[in-house]
Amino acid sequence: MSKQRKAVALISGGLDSMLAAKVIMEQGVHVEGINFFTGFCVEGHTHAIREHNSTKPNRNNALWVAEQLGIKLHIVDVIEEYKKVLINPKHGYGTHMNPCLDCKIFMVNKAKQWIVENGFDFIITGEVIGQRPMSQTKSKMPIVSKQSGADDLLLRPMCAKNLPATLPEIEGWVDREKLCSITGRSRKPQMEMAKHFGIEDYSQPAGGCCFLTDKFYSAKLVDLWKAQGSKDYELDDIMLLKVGRHIRPKAHFKLVIAREEGEGRFLQGYKKDFISLYCSSHPGPLALIDGELSAEDIYFSARVVARYGQGRDAEQVDITVTEKDGSERVIQVKPFTKDEVPNEWHV
Amino acid sequence: MQALKETLNARRLLCPLPVIRTQDKVKQLNPGDLLEIICTDPGVMHDIPAWCRINGHTVLETSSGNHEYIITIRVGE
Repeated sequence: MSKQRKAVALISGGLDSMLAAKVIMEQGVHVEGINFFTGFCVEGHTHAIREHNSTKPNRNNALWVAEQLGIKLHIVDVIEEYKKVLINPKHGYGTHMNPCLDCKIFMVNKAKQWIVENGFDFIITGEVIGQRPMSQTKSKMPIVSKQSGADDLLLRPMCAKNLPATLPEIEGWVDREKLCSITGRSRKPQMEMAKHFGIEDYSQPAGGCCFLTDKFYSAKLVDLWKAQGSKDYELDDIMLLKVGRHIRPKAHFKLVIAREEGEGRFLQGYKKDFISLYCSSHPGPLALIDGELSAEDIYFSARVVARYGQGRDAEQVDITVTEKDGSERVIQVKPFTKDEVPNEWHV
Repeated sequence: MQALKETLNARRLLCPLPVIRTQDKVKQLNPGDLLEIICTDPGVMHDIPAWCRINGHTVLETSSGNHEYIITIRVGE
């Protein structure tokens, strides 16, 4: 009896990686999933933070996919290692701050390390030729294979027939004839495959699964780097970029103002790290101030925060200012009008 | 060998970090040991049980209150 081969599948939580794993499982290969957490993954966080996302399934799609497939999922924290990918991508950024090609090379390289450490035979991804303009083109796929070090241990079941045979195909661990030849951005072939496998519920995030493909998020990241004078970040920095209204009235400070209750609760957790403001005479949002501030800056910020509360039309409101050590004071300010908070301040 | 009961503080972490910390902690424990995970992200009420189901661990108890979510699991084989 031939040895059962083992593959690790990069599981993002979307349909393509789910189908890729399924295609290989159907061939009798033992498949386990791996999911890398960079800090920029859309999965999970926004559902947890923002109230208005509560209509979406409150689940981590990578875990959900693994459960549907009946496979184990290994979630790997790559937050620190990912910094070098994002800060200095060899192949540059995409439309926004997305270093897609470097990211794919990085993840496949991590998967290669994982299969060596865990005695697995090859790696599967859900990549489709032509699906993504930066990383999933026919010319880029060999770059990923080579520069990740995975070489012919990287199998893309969704488009394998359009690519040179990999070791699992050459050695007969999988039957190349039963692999797919999907190309392009159409989702129809994947939807037909899903139907064939009886998969009715799946996630198809429009902008992919990464915040770095988002125009607004990318703008906030660029603003952060510009303000601090260096391309670096900590996890809390990039988490805060996902939350609230970001307003930078002056180069040396920025306000993060909650847009809803869920965000307000999340920002509460940072009150020891930032000076915070909220309107205590009228309902209004919690805001954090990032930067070194003078008394004048705090007064100015209080007027901005007042603009976003229900007292925006009042002559004067009370704003409670809480220092990082928890000490509080109340200041009275006149809320800015709409015109006094110009669009250019919005990051 | 007597089963251990350990506690993991995953407060302020957003999913999937509580799951990753749970996964890392469980690697240090033995089958039958108990792990209590204290979180503030409500997403853990879905994600940690899902992670347990696919990895062969058992959720013994979940509770919530005061914006905290506590899950006790038994480590599987």
